Amino acid sequence: MADYEVPELKEYLQVPEPREHVTNHIAPFFAKPDHQADLGFPGELIDNWQEVAINKMGDLLGKYRSFKLFLDICVHCGACTDKCHYYLGTTDANNMPVARQELLRKVYRRYFTFAGKYFPKLVGATDLTKEVLDDWYSYFHQCSQCRRCSVFCPYGIDTAEISMAAREIMDAVGVGQKYCNEIIAKVFKIGNNLGLPQPALADTLEGLEEDIEDDTGVKVRLPLDEKGADILLITPSADFFAEPHVDGLMGYAKVFHEAGVSWTLSSEASEAANFGMFIGSYENMRKLSLRIRKAALDLGVKRIVFGECGHAWRVAYSFLNTLAGPFDFLDQNYPIPQHICEFTYDLLKENKLRMNKEANDDMTITFHDSCNVARGAGMGGFEGGQFVIPREVIKASCNNYYDMNDDTILDATFCCGGGGGLLTDDLMEIRVKGAMPRMQALKQVTEEYGVTNLAAICAICKSQFAKTLPYFGFRMDQIVSVHQLVSNAIVLKGSEQEAELDGTAGEDGEAENA
Amino acid sequence: MSLVSTLYVGLFYFATVFLVVGLALRIKNYAQTPAPLKIPTMPAPRTETGVVFRMFREVAFFESLFRSNKWIWLFGIMFHFGMLLVLLRHLRYFTEPVWFWVNWVQPFGKYAAFAMLAGLLGLWARRFLVARVRYISTPSDHLMLALIVGIAMSGIGMSFLTHTDIISLKAFALGLLHFSPQPLPGDPLLLTHLGLVATLMIVFPISKLLHAPGVFFSPTRNQTDSSREQRHIADWAKALETGER
Repeated sequence: MADYEVPELKEYLQVPEPREHVTNHIAPFFAKPDHQADLGFPGELIDNWQEVAINKMGDLLGKYRSFKLFLDICVHCGACTDKCHYYLGTTDANNMPVARQELLRKVYRRYFTFAGKYFPKLVGATDLTKEVLDDWYSYFHQCSQCRRCSVFCPYGIDTAEISMAAREIMDAVGVGQKYCNEIIAKVFKIGNNLGLPQPALADTLEGLEEDIEDDTGVKVRLPLDEKGADILLITPSADFFAEPHVDGLMGYAKVFHEAGVSWTLSSEASEAANFGMFIGSYENMRKLSLRIRKAALDLGVKRIVFGECGHAWRVAYSFLNTLAGPFDFLDQNYPIPQHICEFTYDLLKENKLRMNKEANDDMTITFHDSCNVARGAGMGGFEGGQFVIPREVIKASCNNYYDMNDDTILDATFCCGGGGGLLTDDLMEIRVKGAMPRMQALKQVTEEYGVTNLAAICAICKSQFAKTLPYFGFRMDQIVSVHQLVSNAIVLKGSEQEAELDGTAGEDGEAENA
Repeated sequence: MSLVSTLYVGLFYFATVFLVVGLALRIKNYAQTPAPLKIPTMPAPRTETGVVFRMFREVAFFESLFRSNKWIWLFGIMFHFGMLLVLLRHLRYFTEPVWFWVNWVQPFGKYAAFAMLAGLLGLWARRFLVARVRYISTPSDHLMLALIVGIAMSGIGMSFLTHTDIISLKAFALGLLHFSPQPLPGDPLLLTHLGLVATLMIVFPISKLLHAPGVFFSPTRNQTDSSREQRHIADWAKALETGER
């Protein structure tokens, strides 16, 4: 299946010995000059790139305390060395978080510190050469900014901050990544990552309404651009057609329907994901976020709810108020923004949803905590809500649920291997290898508890697992959306399912009073 | 006063000024550099009080390190808390009369030096024995450990093997404090000990030892989880909004 070795799943996760130059050949395609220009970056590597890169680094050192501090205070203790899924999956020494940081830190030392300027050998400082830049391009695109290392660092050093800065510096000298930069330009021009225009979107949503009606006999609407709706739903564009994402979208629609709220999607802001974060660009991240503010204002909504998307939820929960706030025009009685899981959880707590758990009896579920939800965001207004709420929603939807090994869930969760702007075919090798730790944990619960499916609340996780599961002997459809489970279990008022459960169905299974 | 004494007086004044000024500048720099986004490693405390507790657990118990690696944690705790007791014990050379609680610490402080040394040697051993840590170690990492091990061993030597002239040493220390320099005993072990200490003081503000003040400024550890409730914005980011809304 692949021209590289797929890591073998062992009984337990083993920490490999570091090896050099194992994955230095892996690097994503370069962004084309047009796409670079769309984002305000030089089209290709500029002549005086060293000077510009160092100036950019200086600029970022003044703007981000995280960047400066994290470059200064690492003591090389080694606590993070066995924590990165890419290290565990590739054995490449530069995929140890501290070694990855060191690629940039050694340049920082050389140009910005006393010791590095005068005793470079002693402290491991080097000039910014083309080789170093190439290493940056490879290894800062082998980091999914999942923040697992920051959990285990005694000073909270977060490699994500370093790789974001590195990518921003590289963009500034004209070395951008195709996948991220092309997508950001697409959102600016069309409104979503996939470049789905309004008519296509309207058509898709209509099709989904028909599907739901076929399944349940109930007319559940998926409105688009409806002015005056109460809720604006912002969801990753993969939800509009990819499997299993789209089953989740139908789940949200059913929940909104049962709650009796008016809601709408926006064709202008039909993308929850914010790839501006991946490339570390505050300005692009801000520009992408302002689309959401504008859509909310234009449609006159009172609330904003986000669909299942990990990095989107980090930007929404942690940054949206900063980037596009204040949201004083929205209803202050609800969280701004709110996660669809929070929305469903509240209804479940109030007993407003009828759930038929048996509908998911063909599955035994485990939950993959998506890295950016787990370590970059919250839910429910209480510490750890992001772990409790999705699990409660799942448990309300099915009878069979087991967690994976403690070291691989909650805030110690492993990234799926495709986050942080790596979900592209040109990075397939690193994605497969980076998926290994999660796959190992999945294998363990499969064998121990007969787990059949992995549920997630992130579009990247879902796409990544759909692609990588088969490499490890699983089936691609073993990954499911959390709201897909909700969708299966929810019993809509007046539906065929309700009639069947209550014994009021006719011979052909149609509800008599429908 | 001998040339050596004069040199050490000069060295210590220089080292002290370098340490204090260097550290103050660095801390000012950290404090003034904005953190434009809320990036606490979640789950994070919802309140400032919660953050104080989180930070306390981090610096007092090395909470994250404990989760991460029990060996590094053990050696790290032995070294740092050993050193803390040793430092407290050393206050007796700078106070007259000696504060009462420093006398209580004294017996523990003497033996804590062994815990400190053992912790350091444990950490150093990892730099040779664990391939991952060996890979990330730079020459300065080894030198830093050598420096502190040198301080600990020369100190232990004076406490347990060849006692130095404590009375004159204290007069020297108090002399420095009161700006009336006094001669320093010419004991080679003492000169080594003090020379290394002064070196450490000078290296402190320009090296990874900045982790000590730095951890308090780490946004992933010192921020609250309150982004939805309170708008957090840096001045430079605010400036981008000019004329927008």
